[in-house]
Amino acid sequence: MELTTVWFLLIAVLWTGYFVLEGFDFGVGVLLPFLGRDEAERGTLTRAIGPVWDGNEVWLLVAGGATFAAFPEWYATLFSGFYLPLFLILLALIVRGVALEYRSKSDSTRGWDHAFFWGSLGPAFLWGVAFANIVRGVPLDARHEYTGGLLDLLTPYALLGGAATLALFTLHGAVFTALKTTGELRERARTAARWTGLAALVLGGAFLLVTQLMTGAAGTWASVAVAAAGIAGALVATLRGRDGWAFLANAAAIVAVTVTLFGGLWPDVMPALDPANSLTVHNAASTPYTLGVMTWVAAIFTPVVLAYQAWTYWVFRRRLTVTR
Amino acid sequence: MDVLDLSRWQFGITTVYHFLFVPLTIGLSVLVAGFQTAWHRTGDAAYLRMTKFWGRLFLINFAMGVVTGIVQEFQFGMNWSAYSRFVGDVFGAPLAMEGLMAFFLESTFLGLWIFGWDKLPKRVHLATIWLAAIGTNISAYFILAANSWMQHPVGYRLNPATGRAELTDIWAVLTNVTTLATFPHVIFGAFVTAGAFVIGVSAWQLARRREVDLFRASARAALVVTLAASAGVMLSGHWQAQIMTRQQPMKMAAAEALWEDEASAGFSIFAVGDVENGRNHINVQIPYGLSLLSTNTLDGRVEGINDIQARYEKTYGPGDYRPVVGLAYWSFRLMIGFGALAGLLALAGLWFTRRRRLPGTPWFYRIGVLGIGLPFLANTLGWIFTEMGRQPWTVFGVMRTAAAVSPGSDVGEVATTLIGFTLVYAVLAVIEVRLLLKFIRKGPEPEDAVHRDEPALPALSY
Repeated sequence: MELTTVWFLLIAVLWTGYFVLEGFDFGVGVLLPFLGRDEAERGTLTRAIGPVWDGNEVWLLVAGGATFAAFPEWYATLFSGFYLPLFLILLALIVRGVALEYRSKSDSTRGWDHAFFWGSLGPAFLWGVAFANIVRGVPLDARHEYTGGLLDLLTPYALLGGAATLALFTLHGAVFTALKTTGELRERARTAARWTGLAALVLGGAFLLVTQLMTGAAGTWASVAVAAAGIAGALVATLRGRDGWAFLANAAAIVAVTVTLFGGLWPDVMPALDPANSLTVHNAASTPYTLGVMTWVAAIFTPVVLAYQAWTYWVFRRRLTVTR
Repeated sequence: MDVLDLSRWQFGITTVYHFLFVPLTIGLSVLVAGFQTAWHRTGDAAYLRMTKFWGRLFLINFAMGVVTGIVQEFQFGMNWSAYSRFVGDVFGAPLAMEGLMAFFLESTFLGLWIFGWDKLPKRVHLATIWLAAIGTNISAYFILAANSWMQHPVGYRLNPATGRAELTDIWAVLTNVTTLATFPHVIFGAFVTAGAFVIGVSAWQLARRREVDLFRASARAALVVTLAASAGVMLSGHWQAQIMTRQQPMKMAAAEALWEDEASAGFSIFAVGDVENGRNHINVQIPYGLSLLSTNTLDGRVEGINDIQARYEKTYGPGDYRPVVGLAYWSFRLMIGFGALAGLLALAGLWFTRRRRLPGTPWFYRIGVLGIGLPFLANTLGWIFTEMGRQPWTVFGVMRTAAAVSPGSDVGEVATTLIGFTLVYAVLAVIEVRLLLKFIRKGPEPEDAVHRDEPALPALSY
């Protein structure tokens, strides 16, 4: 396999990890005002992700760093082109992170809960907008600089993408909460999972269908089917009270969505409206030497990271009970 | 202001702000791990209470370092896309390594440390804070390797076909002599920062005679750390100055307002310069000081600004290769001054608290509290010096800052993000300081409380 292929796959894996893991963090934030009726319940919800949210967010930082190292042109075009949406995502992640760390230390949690909610909802929506634009293609010039404006990024298709990821991550948060809590909180999370599951099925299905018809990659019909089956599976498992299976099924759905997006992208990394200006895994890539060095680093450290992150989830595997 | 100016201000503000929290995180993580180790070894509950008290302040600070660090990872692409395209092949590697080796380590194990008090065996729990501390230190190494490459590019070649810098030797980048000198300087600086913080907070408590044993122990430990680290800062700084004289003579000359090449150059204490005509009106010097600092000999030759400018015009073509001399001069001087003052305070503090003494005079403690600010000033001025002193280059001798900026961005967009980040950062700074003050005033948990779980996390939470 060519090293450029390896790094395309690795970056897809990093985004997949990010969406699967921080996806439920976002979902918990979006559901916080609906599931947590009092301070004790909201505290329990934030504690459910407390030990892991920061480690989950590092997947994004590493995806960014890996893109910089392996595909500098992609990194440069993407983040300078999607300037204002990225700025909003960064602001959201800043206030959200501070909210999660400071809420339990502050006298009043109201403001932090607002920050946590909006700081979760914003990125959950905007990542969908960003990826829809990446897959659809944007105006790039011959130097690969983005030539459009903010409004060019807010097409109906991109907004559908945002709605799809928002619904999917909210569902992910609901099934995660059902898995991690007991009593009333768990019941409310399961009810929320039913509604957000239907929304995710409709919005996610529509988004993937349009994506599929647009990119026309034959192989990704399979991942579209897996995504639909995953969401449906999460719904069925929730109805039967199998919280663990519901979570796994929805995680599989998120994996399948990311596979569909990256599969539709390949071999471009950032298609341009004028295909002559598209960034591909070849013209965006670093030299074979750099990719080789980074492959060694990734091969050694990725398994280590996966091992200790998995252990963290094992340590904090128990359900949380609301204590008043 | 144009896009370039705004982008530079944005990088300066977000980076200086980020680096207010980072050194405290680096230093305090190790101090807290040290206190917890002392508890583990002795079983003395006082050390556990110290771990929890300082640990909470550490976490309040850590959160700010984390969230402001996210911006750092992406703003190269946002505002400096031409730079990112040009150097990504070289510069991206240490950044990716930092994420994979350091960020995962610190964030994951810190989560385990915070929430794992009653879930992990004691020894394993102790290991989590050490792993988090190691993660923060590894992180510093990689980002300094990336920055050092901008100061002194090595291990690369310029590809004439693509016009990009390409990595040829990763070891050369990771063992760049500039990195080897900068890393200890920054880490020792971080220990001075954390030390001064612990000294200052302890002084505030001791002045009120609260928890005297606990804060006396904290202060003594921090005084020793600060003094030792100050010595490390000076030694590594001396090494850095010698490297800088060779690698970036213009930066050294600007730092000293030295206009002409000179053997037996003096170290300037106070100068009033005339940048236009390239000379000083007033210059008070320590004889031979600069030659000694930069070459280890009394009669070593040090290059001057006007001569270097003439040489650079021959090498790089016409242009102004001088940084803002006044800024380089004063930031360098004040960095050394504030840093040295922090070291002297630690020395004085150790003397006045020797053999279980605690002075009764209020000013003694007031100075201790004020001393918290010294390393923060020195750190900030040091970075302003090293980055502004490199101008007009963003990668020394290879790429100019003016050529690095994103060609597609417009003034309105960059101004929006500049104002947005600055406002949010300002609000968060107020919140962070108030939270720190709240928990400093509250003091350590009573002895019977620390053996229970974290108060934010009630026992039987599952």
